[in-house]
Amino acid sequence: MQLIPCPWCGPREEAEFRYGGQAHVAYPEDPSALSDEEWARYVFFRENPSGPFAERWSHSAGCRRWFNAVRDTRTHELLAVYRAGEPAPEVTA
Amino acid sequence: MTADLTSLLAAWTDRLAALAPALTAAERPFRTQLTVRTADPSALGETLGVGFPAVPCTFTSGAGAEVLWLGPDEFLVVAPEGVNEEVVRGALGSSRGSVVDTSAQRTAVDLEGPHVRDVLAHGCAVDLHPAAAPAGTCVQTLLARTGVILQVRDGDRVTLLVRSSFAGYLAAWLCDAATEYL
Ligand SMILES: [Zn+2]
Repeated sequence: MQLIPCPWCGPREEAEFRYGGQAHVAYPEDPSALSDEEWARYVFFRENPSGPFAERWSHSAGCRRWFNAVRDTRTHELLAVYRAGEPAPEVTA
Repeated sequence: MTADLTSLLAAWTDRLAALAPALTAAERPFRTQLTVRTADPSALGETLGVGFPAVPCTFTSGAGAEVLWLGPDEFLVVAPEGVNEEVVRGALGSSRGSVVDTSAQRTAVDLEGPHVRDVLAHGCAVDLHPAAAPAGTCVQTLLARTGVILQVRDGDRVTLLVRSSFAGYLAAWLCDAATEYL
């Protein structure tokens, strides 16, 4: 089983984690000003890169903290993990 | 009239005791457990007489209490007689945080013996070799697909904290996993 390095607990089995989709999707500054199309774009539209992708993960069976990870979608290799609030690191696949 | 207290694993006492000497397993029920959320636990540590763990995945003990790291601002205080929710909340004072009595949420099982790590390895992926998990280690993980808090003590002793509704299942699993060492 793949090990995912939780920024708090260290490497743990993938089964302890939950996936949370794309990271760094900012909540609209003025939600009421958004058109239906803009709102749909915020709620439903996500990147789908072939390569490094910054994602949210939750260590749900461990410390239960959300953190971010950069995962290569082609190889499932985790290139970096970092705590919530920290900026996305520069990575090369 | 009050009902007699019956611990969650009372029905398992004999079957767990039968695992000796390969594995000494016994429930330690009815301990006061307080879930504490605070970013600055220093005042609480002074009141309780035990420093809060500063390192993730560790626990501290002192003055009859144990403090388990559950998250960067979350701790489980296993409190001695006389320390309860009000006492710890009082120690929190006006600083931001919360103290909730979660005693009924989990029960504890003490394990001891030469095959503790062998038995746990049947259902736990965390490396419990003394070099990787020395005394004072406290991990939240899955044991046989059940969420547990696992405290490593010195001398081949481990304490498992398990959710009440999973306690019977975990006891059954322990009995099964230990069979080959009997
Ligand atoms: Zn974690």
